[in-house]
Amino acid sequence: MKYIDEFRQHDLARTLADAIAREARPDRSYHLMEFCGGHTHAIFRYGVQDLMPANVTFVHGPGCPVCVLPVGRIDQAIRLVERHDVILCTYGDLLRVPASGRKSLLKAKAAGADVRMVYSTTDALKIARDNPGREVVFFAIGFETTTPPSAVAVKQAHAEGLKNFSIFSNHLLTPAAIQNILESPEVRELGSVRIDGFFGPSHVSSIIGTQPYEFFAEEFQRPVVIAGFEPLDVMQSALMLIRQINEGRHEVENEYTRVVTREGNVKAKALVAEVFELRRSFEWRGLGTVPYSAFKVKESYAGFDCERRFDMPAVAAADNKGCECPAILRGAKRPTDCKLFATVCTPDNPLGSCMVSSEGACAAYWSYGRFRGAAKNSAERA
Amino acid sequence: MSAKLKSLHRLDLRSGHVDMSHGSGGRAASQLIEELFVRHFDNELLGQRNDQAAFDVGAGRMVMSVDAHVISPIFFPGGDIGSLAVHGTVNDVAMSGARPLYLSAAFILEEGYPLADLDRIVASMARAAREAGVTIVTGDTKVVERGKGDGVFITTTGVGIVPEGVYISGDRARPGDAILVSGTLGDHGVAIMSSRENLQFETTIQSDSAPLNALVADMVAAVPDIHCMRDPTRGGLATTLNELARQSGVGMMLRESAIPMREEVAAACELLGLDPLYLANEGKLIAICPLDKAERLLDTMRAHPLGANSAIIGEVVEDPYALVQMETRFGGSRVVDWLAGDPLPRIC
Amino acid sequence: MCLAIPARVVTVDRDDGTAVVSLGGVKKEVSTALLEDVAVDDYVLIHVGFALHKIDPVEAERTLALFAQAGLVGGP
Repeated sequence: MKYIDEFRQHDLARTLADAIAREARPDRSYHLMEFCGGHTHAIFRYGVQDLMPANVTFVHGPGCPVCVLPVGRIDQAIRLVERHDVILCTYGDLLRVPASGRKSLLKAKAAGADVRMVYSTTDALKIARDNPGREVVFFAIGFETTTPPSAVAVKQAHAEGLKNFSIFSNHLLTPAAIQNILESPEVRELGSVRIDGFFGPSHVSSIIGTQPYEFFAEEFQRPVVIAGFEPLDVMQSALMLIRQINEGRHEVENEYTRVVTREGNVKAKALVAEVFELRRSFEWRGLGTVPYSAFKVKESYAGFDCERRFDMPAVAAADNKGCECPAILRGAKRPTDCKLFATVCTPDNPLGSCMVSSEGACAAYWSYGRFRGAAKNSAERA
Repeated sequence: MSAKLKSLHRLDLRSGHVDMSHGSGGRAASQLIEELFVRHFDNELLGQRNDQAAFDVGAGRMVMSVDAHVISPIFFPGGDIGSLAVHGTVNDVAMSGARPLYLSAAFILEEGYPLADLDRIVASMARAAREAGVTIVTGDTKVVERGKGDGVFITTTGVGIVPEGVYISGDRARPGDAILVSGTLGDHGVAIMSSRENLQFETTIQSDSAPLNALVADMVAAVPDIHCMRDPTRGGLATTLNELARQSGVGMMLRESAIPMREEVAAACELLGLDPLYLANEGKLIAICPLDKAERLLDTMRAHPLGANSAIIGEVVEDPYALVQMETRFGGSRVVDWLAGDPLPRIC
Repeated sequence: MCLAIPARVVTVDRDDGTAVVSLGGVKKEVSTALLEDVAVDDYVLIHVGFALHKIDPVEAERTLALFAQAGLVGGP
């Protein structure tokens, strides 16, 4: 598979691993936050950590839109589909996320609600066309990568004069989240969360470009490298971050040049600007309330905003007591620091979103990393 | 009078539907059995029309297995619920090293299900049974009200005989053993995904659903001391290996680059964000045998059409945690864990 | 986040705003609404049924070369 296999080559991994080992100074450690769930996944799936020297560690950030979606928003969707006869279309990622009262979209479906998994907004529009007598609501989640498709869907529905289609907008902005982390007391004042550099998200950046990160690099004096999400991209980006840190630089560099440019996808950005506007504030799971961090549908497209079409009272839902997702999402704690991890909270019985989403730090750690110590011992003995 | 009553119209296999009378044990039910099931399955034991089938079994240990099939969609590229029901049970019996002999088949039909589709399914079962060298000797039919079933559910039980000297069991894997797989993984899982509504894409991938008993017979003849065999159906290779690891109290170390996989299956998994190690296979088996027999077993498997792409994919190791680990293509290592729920496509 | 995969454009339907892409022999129809001019044999990044961006072949080669050079050069 072109542009995939070449970026997973074993021998190049060794070359990069050697370079990193040479250039990472032994007298210090490097804490590199990978904001994006795709990077978390790549690191674990390919065992990239094994190829790093001991003084280079990855800190997992909140770049997983499923992980940071507040429970209350899922509760709202479940209530919508239980109380009104809507067809709720959702991406697969959301089906098993635990909501309040031990419910989930999957369980609501089992209880008779019309919840349907779709791969694309195109599928949801088709369902709306095929069911003119039913209301169809699309649960729109995702960062800036996934927002343009929702914008296109709304415009398409408008152009076709569809009367039964709307979206539940939970689209989020990446720069706002990064800022929130960098401004958090743990990072800024206390220094209890060490972040020496950032891996910038691959595909969000293909849309927004590298330009929005320039502010962070400057303001917070941390290097940012926009990294592709194949394992060789991650390693090369780690090398670039280590070099910047060694040289005392804090610039925005782009490793993912085959896809990301400074201005990004201008057409996609324009489409988003036409359909969406910023919410004054939005509550993120784990990060609290973050200003200007989420999108809602503009007034001009109000008919396609399900929050205006239906009576959907906000639901204030609390996270499970003992669930450390908030701290884990901020990089302040590791999955193993959570008392619920691997005891009560497992992939079979997830209590928090970090465990449910396959990009979540806890799920990734469970699948790939939880026996690291034990696994290494077994492998060495074998 | 009975002769007159016998002259019902023939079953309308083109445009008729299952109705409640077909499960009631009366004349309509009898007609369904005669004109559909018995006609297709057509064998002496079934032809006796008893409620049970009596047969001799040779020397050796008897093996029995049961499987219920509720798959949706009912017809998929490379098979249907009928052929799957036959292959699944034939394979379960064969995984013990046994030669499968007889199957039973119980049908739960939903009121309203088209007889044309039922005819197609039963014909497919008959074909699958003939191909596998087994006979369906007894069966049952029930009908449930519309809305209480998903078209057709089929439960098959199979019996077979294990030859002397063969003792294959999930708890027999030992450190040092080789782990083999009989061919490409993930084909069935992707074939099913590609037929499901909302996940349309054109692929050339067919389900690998197939009867493995002939392959197993060759394997057991060449290497009677095979320790474990299992077919990685629901949950895929990962789940099956974890089961075996736990049963035997051992660990496993796999090599990702050794795992056979079709390019289209790998590509479909990339597109949907699925891990192929967790996808179902319906015509493949995993075998674990002593290392010094591995090459011989591999050659035997490769000589059979259903094992042409067989490979040695790893070895059993000592491990108190019974972990299944894998050396990735990239050079790092990862743990291949149990699956939590069905694999779902993801955007993240 | 944002699982996106590079695939090759096989056919383009300008009227419909769609294209068929191929990855390892698997074909899928995707929307081209987010791109300006998509041509057959272009490689595009696919995410939730949409083509997000073209892959620049020159930059791809350059990146691969950078990986190989990592051992030789110390510094950007």
